[in-house]
Amino acid sequence: MTSIGAAEDRALLDLLERMWLIRAFEEKVSDLYARGHISGLLHLGIGQEGSAVGACSILRDDDYVLGSHRAHAHALAKGADPERLMAELAGRSTGYCAGKGGSMHLVALECGFVTATGVVAGSIPLGLGTALAGQQAGMGQVTVVFFGDGAGQAGPFHESLNLASLWKLPLVFLCENNGYAEFTPLSAHTNIERLTHYADTYQIPSTTVEGNDVLAVQAATEQAVELARSGGGPSFIEALTHRPRGHYEGDQAKYRELSEREEWKEKDPIARFEMYLEQQNVLSEDASEARTIEADVRQRIEAVAEAALDAPWPAPESLTSQVLAS
Amino acid sequence: MPKRLYAEALVGALRRALETDDRVHLMGQYFLGLTEHRELMVELREDYVERVYYPPIAEVGYVGAAIGAAMAGLRPIVDIATASFIFQAFPQVVNEAANVHYMSGGQTSVPMVFHFNQGIRGGGAAQHSHSPQAMLWNTPGLEIMAPSTPADVKGLVATAVQSNNPTAWVDHVRLFDTIGEVPDPDYAIPFGVADIKRSGTDVTIVASSFMVVRSLAAAETLAKQGIDVEVVDLRTLTPLDEDAVFTSVAKTGRLVVVDECHRRCGVAAEIAALVAENALGDLTAPIKRVTALDVPIPFSPPLEEFVEPTEAKIVEAVSEIAG
Ligand SMILES: Cc1ncc(C[n+]2csc(CCOP(=O)(O)OP(=O)(O)O)c2C)c(N)n1
Repeated sequence: MTSIGAAEDRALLDLLERMWLIRAFEEKVSDLYARGHISGLLHLGIGQEGSAVGACSILRDDDYVLGSHRAHAHALAKGADPERLMAELAGRSTGYCAGKGGSMHLVALECGFVTATGVVAGSIPLGLGTALAGQQAGMGQVTVVFFGDGAGQAGPFHESLNLASLWKLPLVFLCENNGYAEFTPLSAHTNIERLTHYADTYQIPSTTVEGNDVLAVQAATEQAVELARSGGGPSFIEALTHRPRGHYEGDQAKYRELSEREEWKEKDPIARFEMYLEQQNVLSEDASEARTIEADVRQRIEAVAEAALDAPWPAPESLTSQVLAS
Repeated sequence: MPKRLYAEALVGALRRALETDDRVHLMGQYFLGLTEHRELMVELREDYVERVYYPPIAEVGYVGAAIGAAMAGLRPIVDIATASFIFQAFPQVVNEAANVHYMSGGQTSVPMVFHFNQGIRGGGAAQHSHSPQAMLWNTPGLEIMAPSTPADVKGLVATAVQSNNPTAWVDHVRLFDTIGEVPDPDYAIPFGVADIKRSGTDVTIVASSFMVVRSLAAAETLAKQGIDVEVVDLRTLTPLDEDAVFTSVAKTGRLVVVDECHRRCGVAAEIAALVAENALGDLTAPIKRVTALDVPIPFSPPLEEFVEPTEAKIVEAVSEIAG
C-alpha cells in the first residue's frame, strides 16, 4: 500500500472515520429502504468509500465536487451534513433539497457539493463549468467530478475531455471503475481496457490507481490538484473499485460470479485500511480504536436516521415554489 | 380468450416481429425497465442473438445507428428505457429521423420504432419521470403510439413495425402488471383508430397510455355516484383519431382530458383546443384538463402525489362538470 509518509496519525484516523461514516450511513439507508421508509431508486456507495474519501480529503472547502447517480459518498466525503442528507433521502422538508431532489439529485452547496445527477455523464459537462468559473476567479479553486466507468462511453464525457484539455481547466476527472454498468461488465461497453486511454487521446495526464486504497487515491488526487491549482490543466484518475451490492437497492446481482465477490472481500477499502493502520502501529493489534470509531459513527447515524424520520413532510405550498428563481 | 400480463403481451409482440420479418432488430435489452418482468426478455434475446444489440450508455450514438440502419432497409426497434433519456438522443430523433423523409422529397424513409417508459413511477424525481410525448407530438414526421392494454400493445406493435415512419412507442412501467384478454392469432391495429374503452353517456374522458387505466378506475367510482363516463383511448397521437373524440363529445356534451404531460402545451391542451375549435357547439360545460402540474416532478412521496393526475383528481374534475 502506498504511504503518504509523514502524515499524522490523527489524519489517518480521520480518513478511517470518514469511511466508516459513509459505510454506516449507506447501511442505514439500505435498512430504511428495506423497511419502506425511503422510496425511489437508490444506488449505494458501499465498497467504494476509498475513492470518495481519498480524493475529497485533500480538497479545500471552496473546491467543487460533482457526482453521479451514486453520490451519497461523495457528498459526505466533501462534508455534507448526514442528517440533512438522510432527511432528503426520506423526502422530508428538512432535507438539503427540501425533499424535491432525492437520492439521485442531491445538492449540498454549502460544502461545495455542486450536484449529483440521474443522467449518466450528466454532471461531467457541468464540472467543466465550475472549473471554468474557478479558473476565472483566480483563487486556485479546483473541481473534482466523479463518474462511473459506464459514463466513459457517453458523448458528453468525450466532449468534456476535449474541452477541459483545450481550455486547460482546473478539473480532475475521477472515474470510479467498479467494472459494471448496471448488469453488464465494462467489456460489453467498450474494447478499451483502461479508461485512461480516453484521457491520453485528449492529451490529459492520467493514472490508474487501486481505488480501494484510500491513500493511493489521495496521493493521485493530490498530484492532480496541485497541477490544476498551478494552472497546469486537467487530470484523469481511474480508480479501480468494486460494488459488492447490486446496482440499485433491490437488485440481486445474479449476473455476477460468487468468486468475484469473494475476491473483492479482501480488498474492502475499510478492512484493508485498518490492516494497514495496524501494520503501521497507528491502531493497536486488536484495532480497538477502530471499533470505537465504528461504534461511535453507527450511534451517530442511528440518531441521524431517527431525526430524519421525525422531520416533517414538505408542505403542499412548497410544491410550486422554486420552479423559477426569484 | 387467454388472459395475459401486459409485459407478456409486449414480449410476445416483439417475438412475433422478429419471427415474421428478418429486417427487425432489437437495440437495447430491457424494454421492461428495471421491473422484475425484464426476465421475460431473456429467452427472446437468446433465440435471436444475431439480431439483438446491447449498446453502451451512448443514446445519441445507438439511436442514431438505428435510424441510419432504418434508412438502409432494416427495421430496428430501439429501447431507450426511461423516457427521460430520449433527450440524450433528441438530435438524432427530432432533427434527423423526423425530418429526413420530408427533406429528401420522399427518397428516404426511417422505418423504425423507439420505445421508452414515460411518466411517474414512484420516486423517479425530476430526471426519471418525464412524459415527452407532447414534445414529440410537436415534431412533424414522427408517428406516436401509446397503448394501454395487453391486446392493444400486441396489435399496435405489429403495425408500428410495418410502418415506414419513425414511430415513438410511449410506454409506462405501471402498465406492465396489468392483465387483459389477448387474442392468439396475429392481428394489427391500424394507427389513427381510437378505442372506446368504456361506453357512457354523461361525460367523455380522453386519455392514452396508463392514464386510460386510471380513467377507467375513476369511471367505476363515478358510476357508483350515478355519473356514466365514456373513456376514449386515443391509442395513437399521430395519426390522431379526431372523429372519435368529436363523436363522443357530441354524445356527452362534456369533456375531461387526462394526460400525464405537464399542463402547458401538453397532450391535453391540444385535445382541448381541437374540441374548442371544431365542436364548441356540442359542449354543455367547460372542458377540464387533469394533467401533471407545471413543476419538475418532485422526489418526496407526498409532493409527487400532489403533482400526479391521480384517480381522485379525475373523479373530482368529472364531478365538477357532470350535469
Ligand atoms: C443517459 C442515461 N442513460 C441510461 C441511464 C440508466 N442508468 C443508470 S445508472 C447506469 C449505469 C451506470 O454505470 P456507471 O457509469 O459505471 O456507474 P455505476 O452505477 O457503476 O456507479 C445506467 C445505464 C441513465 N441514468 N442515464
